[in-house]
Amino acid sequence: MRRNNLKKNTLHELLMANNVLKMAKENKRIDGRDFLDYRPIKIEPNVIEKPDASARVMLGDTFIIVGINFEIGTPFSDSPDKGILITEGEVLPTASFGAEAGPPSEEEIEISRVVDRSIRESGVVDLSELVIVPGEKVLKMFVDFNIFNDDGNIVDAAVLGTVAALLTGKMPDPKYIAEHIDEIDKISLKEVPRVPIPVKDIPISTTLALIGDKFYVDPNYVEESVAEALITITHTKNDEICAVQLYEGALGYEQVFEALNISLNKSREIRDILLSMVKNESTETNE
Amino acid sequence: MPKKEKKNEKVDEFIRPDGRKYDELRPYKIRAHILKNADGSAEIRLGGNWIIAAVYGPKEHFPKFEISQDRAILNCRYHMNPYSTSERKSPKPSRREIELSKVIRNALTQSVILDDFPEMSIDVFIEVAQAEGSTRVASITAASVALADAGIPMRDMVVGCSAGKYNGHIILDVGEIEDKEGEADLPIAIMPNLRKVVLLQMDGKMTHEEFKKAFDLALKGAMQLYEEQLNALKNILESMSTLGEGEINEKK
Repeated sequence: MRRNNLKKNTLHELLMANNVLKMAKENKRIDGRDFLDYRPIKIEPNVIEKPDASARVMLGDTFIIVGINFEIGTPFSDSPDKGILITEGEVLPTASFGAEAGPPSEEEIEISRVVDRSIRESGVVDLSELVIVPGEKVLKMFVDFNIFNDDGNIVDAAVLGTVAALLTGKMPDPKYIAEHIDEIDKISLKEVPRVPIPVKDIPISTTLALIGDKFYVDPNYVEESVAEALITITHTKNDEICAVQLYEGALGYEQVFEALNISLNKSREIRDILLSMVKNESTETNE
Repeated sequence: MPKKEKKNEKVDEFIRPDGRKYDELRPYKIRAHILKNADGSAEIRLGGNWIIAAVYGPKEHFPKFEISQDRAILNCRYHMNPYSTSERKSPKPSRREIELSKVIRNALTQSVILDDFPEMSIDVFIEVAQAEGSTRVASITAASVALADAGIPMRDMVVGCSAGKYNGHIILDVGEIEDKEGEADLPIAIMPNLRKVVLLQMDGKMTHEEFKKAFDLALKGAMQLYEEQLNALKNILESMSTLGEGEINEKK
């Protein structure tokens, strides 16, 4: 993902990249992890009070905040009975030495679209439940995620954060708005009673880097920079595949299925971690 | 040439929106060297898809500060024309087109021997004149022929094909209706001789078993299109050699 940015990388990163390859020969990773290990995951839902839902995710040193807002909007003409989901991600200039402010880069657009697909295709939110008046008014759900510190694997962190936010957030009640549709111009969305967001699935994305014929789960920034191939696979809670993206590089035919199997096993494990952290949070807030 | 299947010879009960069998490609035709000015060019027709690819280069790279010392830079733009869809598409590149340009560039980069041209760049332009589903993989198939037509050294051809799931059935070469109404879409691109996958995306929902089936089906379709790529290049070689003789005769 970052090969094109190599010139922007610090000398330290280039030396570390060299280390990744050296240690690969000894079957080791630079941070001492096993090849199939994630870094420590910390998920904190509701870290920001203003939006309808939010979460902060720390995946090792990767630091992401996700915020979700609802607005009233008009449905697309080809899907009149569905709400709208818009996902946008931005790598902030705080994120790394090479990160720049400005219009979204190719990579940022790609990452946003992969996160969008993971959320949308898993059906985590049933968009038909966001309808106020079919064909006329629906709820628009904006998922915005920002990367404050980029130590690799932004996508997995963003999907974790989005799902955690959805599980703990509240949205304006579309039924209430439908009942008060005559006064819709007067309604302040903030005053509309809140209901839980209709969450139907728990999609988990897992990103793998191929370095020297070996898959590295949850690659960090340096590992991503030397990866021969980089792929994200998202699984639903029923073990279906709902999104795949090969960002760069090439995979042998058999390697595709090796990656799918690794991803399936990891997704089950990470889903349990996510659910335990979200549960802890909701009990804490109840107390 | 596309095979013409005999009608309803005990086809599976399942019929696709355009009457195809589950493992049947739409009619296809690839032609190389169709634009006079480009260093290499090709067009593909796959069902209603009509996609034109042009290659310029290798040439001096601008701006200078972006030059890569050890290899050429491959630029790629996938672009849908405003009239390519029934609802006008804004000519401004959409987020989708930016993403597709990137994954297509990656797919082609795997095959092109960029080390041969340090400090240079190669531009690949893909214009979708008419879109009817699976344009990204058809684009790659055409672009690879255009690169070969430009005489750019490559490790292998790159050929793309899609598979998907529609009404519970795994299908080859996802058409427009199947794309909109289907359950899943799996576009892939491969280097057929090196047996490498260079583009792999999926959206929708498939079990691991269905994914395997779809993947194998897409591979099969890609191999068929690979033959057509070779045909297109052979045809252009033949017409070039006759053209060459003609020129020589004229000079005499």
